[in-house]
Amino acid sequence: MSDITLCGRIAPSPPCSLPLAGMGIRAGFPSPADDYLDSSIDLNGYLMSDPDACFVVRVQGDSMSGAGIMEGDLLIVDKGRPALHGDIVVAVVDGDFTVKRLHRRHGRLALLPENPAYPVLVPQSEQELLIWGVVCGCVRRY
Amino acid sequence: MSRFALVDGNSFYTSCERVFRPDLIGKPIIVLSNNDGCVVARSAEAKAIGIPAFLPYYQVRSLCRKHRVAVFSSNYTLYGDMSRRMMNILARFAPQQDIYSIDECFLDLSGMATPLAHGRHIRQTLLDKLGLPSCVGIGPSKTLAKLANHVAKQQAHWQGVFDWADLTPAEAEGLLASMDVREVWGVGRRLAEKLHQLRIRSALDLQRADARQLKRNFNVVLERTVAELNGVSCLALDDVASSKQHIISSRSFSRQVSSLPPLSASIAHHIARAAEKLRAQGSTAAMIGVSIQTNAFGSATPYHGYTCIPLLQPSDDTLSLNQAAQAGLRQLFQPGLRYHKAGVVLMEIGDKAIQQQDMFAPAPDPRRARLMSTIDQLNRRLGKGSIRLAVEDISQDWQMRQAMRSPCYSTDPQQAIMANRQAHTSAPTGYRLYWPRRQPDSGNE
Repeated sequence: MSDITLCGRIAPSPPCSLPLAGMGIRAGFPSPADDYLDSSIDLNGYLMSDPDACFVVRVQGDSMSGAGIMEGDLLIVDKGRPALHGDIVVAVVDGDFTVKRLHRRHGRLALLPENPAYPVLVPQSEQELLIWGVVCGCVRRY
Repeated sequence: MSRFALVDGNSFYTSCERVFRPDLIGKPIIVLSNNDGCVVARSAEAKAIGIPAFLPYYQVRSLCRKHRVAVFSSNYTLYGDMSRRMMNILARFAPQQDIYSIDECFLDLSGMATPLAHGRHIRQTLLDKLGLPSCVGIGPSKTLAKLANHVAKQQAHWQGVFDWADLTPAEAEGLLASMDVREVWGVGRRLAEKLHQLRIRSALDLQRADARQLKRNFNVVLERTVAELNGVSCLALDDVASSKQHIISSRSFSRQVSSLPPLSASIAHHIARAAEKLRAQGSTAAMIGVSIQTNAFGSATPYHGYTCIPLLQPSDDTLSLNQAAQAGLRQLFQPGLRYHKAGVVLMEIGDKAIQQQDMFAPAPDPRRARLMSTIDQLNRRLGKGSIRLAVEDISQDWQMRQAMRSPCYSTDPQQAIMANRQAHTSAPTGYRLYWPRRQPDSGNE
């Protein structure tokens, strides 16, 4: 069941600004947010709006491959952010952590995998569902 | 009127463990001291089973097995990090924050319109952002805030947040009367016994006691405690902090500083002072809290940096403690800000005599212990700070504004009152000199 492991904390490092290649590179670099148009980017600030409430988890398995979340990826999880319909969340199911997309519409609740090989998880009641945090970033090295 | 909140984590260590082990929600948890010696923290469920605190683990092992208690070795890296997050989040709720221990701090809520609602918001935010349960006590003085926190912990119907202002004066008196004087901040077990002999048994008795007489019989801190119980805020953190659990040293600067050297100097100074206290009571510390803050009033970017550094091995060595604290400072320091206060808290204080060696860490050099005791002896003989770390002197900018402070007449031999300093070979203004002439032997007459 457990398809992620908690792998710790984000070191409280000072902001680290990297020079931003910006619009020069075609087809690839994500459009930088307006705040970062000053030609440098602080990756911590880019990934986390509230570092004090953010934790890192490592993904196991491929149940979220459709959302571009692969085995071994590091997810930045914001514990303080309210979980809304459509968010990718870290939930607790049977005492284990799992990462799924949250469905919360018309009084119906479900945790959706993004891979047809896995089942949808439907909690018995709102109380059964424990959302640990909302995924707000994904980090992968090549 | 001034208004303070004391926020602290419920069973902090076990709560930290549970955040990352949701399978343990509702289950009993205990945390053991360094080297798994004693029980140092218990979740509410573990307390309900009847596991006593501070007992050697082997004495409760069978009880733990029977009730399937989750047992953890202490993980100071984790608790330190969660503490850092908690304090950072709490700093957003007030212009002034005083960190008191790994999971406790005072917030200054003076001038806030709805302190109780603010307190509830604080509690909910810690729960949401970190998953840590806490209690908030609010009162017009730190002593009353601390007592209020005790009420919030003990009486479940307050749902973790209690403000004295919520009670009528009669109700407040009734509550104070029901609390043993021992529960009052700064009144230890021994002092409580002496007060009991004077028929001061409850917090209410102490509130109504003759403060001046207590000052004569005990000390000025107790006199101020009485004032604090009457709603007058007059105690500083360092006055009361129980040295058995944490040693605090912090100061505001004479002028704001923005570079690293003066901050380094002040942190080194605080470490040196705190370490001296630590050695004087024969203890070691296993964790250091370092904090630096900008002036919340009138600074464009209020910043309170706080971090906890766990030590590989508990220590009372100024040099080792300073090394760790300086590493913490470098993490916190952000250029371009104007800092007005820095401080350290030594935590996880234990008895040096019963401290066990870590098999895998290098043994401390016995010469260092001798060096420390020599420094302490010299400073006692020659005056405070005569022998100090060089880094304390790399900048004087951080020194407190105390141009008008009188000398420490009674505590520092170097500053004691000088008598007969001048020989008065010439007459001071308004005086005439008179040299008594030696009388010739009267026998001649």
